Amino acid sequence: MTDLPISPYPALLVGLPILMATLSLFFRTRGEAIVGIIGSLLTAGLALIAFVEVTKMGTVIHILGGWEPPLGILLRMDPLASVFIGMTAVVGVFISLYAWRYFPAQEATNGRLPLFWPLWLFLWAGLNGLFLSNDLFNLFVTLEVIGISAVALAVLSGKSPALSAGLRYLLAAITGSMAYLFGVALIYGSTGTLDLKLLSQVLEPGTTTSFALLVITLGLMIKMAGFPFHFWLPPAHSSAPAPVSALLSALVVKGAFYILLRLWMEVFGVSLTYAAGQLIGLAGAIAVIWGSWQAFMQTRLKLIVAHSSVAQLGYLLMIFPLIILAPGVTADSADWLSPVWTAGIYQVLAHAFAKASFFLSAGIIIMALGHDRIESLRDLVGHMRITALAIGLAGVSLIGLPPSGGFMAKWMLLKGIFLSGQWWWAPVVLTGSLLSAGYIFMLLRLAFAPSREKAPFRPVPKKLEVYALLLALGSFLIVLPADSLVQFLESSEIFGSGIETILEGGINGND
Amino acid sequence: METYQIYSLTSAVLFVIGIGGVFISRHFIKKIIATIIMGGGVFLSFVSFADRDALAFADPVPHALVITGIVVAVASAAFALALARRIYQLTEEESFTNDK
Repeated sequence: MTDLPISPYPALLVGLPILMATLSLFFRTRGEAIVGIIGSLLTAGLALIAFVEVTKMGTVIHILGGWEPPLGILLRMDPLASVFIGMTAVVGVFISLYAWRYFPAQEATNGRLPLFWPLWLFLWAGLNGLFLSNDLFNLFVTLEVIGISAVALAVLSGKSPALSAGLRYLLAAITGSMAYLFGVALIYGSTGTLDLKLLSQVLEPGTTTSFALLVITLGLMIKMAGFPFHFWLPPAHSSAPAPVSALLSALVVKGAFYILLRLWMEVFGVSLTYAAGQLIGLAGAIAVIWGSWQAFMQTRLKLIVAHSSVAQLGYLLMIFPLIILAPGVTADSADWLSPVWTAGIYQVLAHAFAKASFFLSAGIIIMALGHDRIESLRDLVGHMRITALAIGLAGVSLIGLPPSGGFMAKWMLLKGIFLSGQWWWAPVVLTGSLLSAGYIFMLLRLAFAPSREKAPFRPVPKKLEVYALLLALGSFLIVLPADSLVQFLESSEIFGSGIETILEGGINGND
Repeated sequence: METYQIYSLTSAVLFVIGIGGVFISRHFIKKIIATIIMGGGVFLSFVSFADRDALAFADPVPHALVITGIVVAVASAAFALALARRIYQLTEEESFTNDK
């Protein structure tokens, strides 16, 4: 592990946002925002430089303070981590630019919302740290940094619905991390190590490992709002200010998914069974149907978008049954692994771009109308052409119509489903898309409908609309470098791998 | 039964009491206390493993982890209490009303 090339970037990616966040606390209002936006731009720039470094050198590591593991902390940036860091940087920088204009424009109606910038930069540091972490305890710490700053961001407005949703979110987050930490304790107790690489070699199947897997999965499912623990997500995401909703939905929930994927693939392989994969896939499938249906039933724009997040996260869980192979199937003979992994990555990327754009557009509409009841969206196209276009494009990606990133994800997922012979997942993917089409077209129908009364739209800064549109376009542009992206990811050990199950039958540890 | 096993079992019981409390009770403060009990269970399990290998000295790593964990748990509990207090000031509600 320590023979990999050493690079300063992993440490800087965590350190720089923390430094800028702390710095911004010394300033008031405008100064805070200036330091904040500079910090965001610097972090994003650094992330892109680090991304390029990884494409050139492969996996790089950083040993903090020169203290080698097991005593010290090792940060590892492999292709998979760098794609997540790159995604955070690109989506994050657009949300930052939006926030830079959004909060001053909002001051008249909502008052000043201080502390957005330091909290967002702490959140960013936590996310980068999470993607780079290489041991179980470090993952816990970054999860907590993310959890606390995310809740603090969600309650920024200080209104009672937001506070109540925030408390629910915080309690879910604490419960999730404690369950995760309990699993970590069991793993440490039975192996004496926390290092992911080492664990994959020494972990043995048994009751303790299965129980640890169970509580860790439970904890992470709570954190990523997987069915049936999705209850905290819609109120928390919909009652936050627009840039915060975008951050929470596009980036924060992906953190827990990333850990779940890493741990299942790299560490817990020995104790996973085919049935465990099927069960978590079932949770995902129910989330897809239930979330899309709930989104369809909502009458407020932000609630539609938030419920659609539950559904889109369900698709991510559906890749697990496909990469956990049935007993007797070897990873070499499973030709569906590569499409399934591509589907997973594209689902993460497309959802991040499309959902961020959608929430930012919802913020623009609230700014223009003063509320987000969807019946007032009539004649949106006539008054706010750019925002209508952004919603349309983001919607197309969420439904999964070509040529969007969402299409790529769902197409590859279906391909994997049929190649693997697990046809029972296919109707779920199709029904989910159909229901998404239902709520997206409902919105678009209203947007094109002529308005009966005089237009109530107030003018909104053009730049806000442009940022939302650019993110929506992003969910299409990510398809262009698909081949080179998949090739790059394949140099990651984990990408394209499958778990060859050793244990027969039994669920042996799942939610 | 060895000493560490008693502690380990106690920790599991505490964890289950905590997680049950979080899901069953509706009152803000009860839920927050339940998460603290969960935390207590987790930290006790870490410490109990430190004494397990019959070494001459206790394993220091779990202690370091528990210290970090306690700091995090205190911070989250304080944050949750502050939120609960603010909600009470604004609405006089002290428990979640609708589902869950």
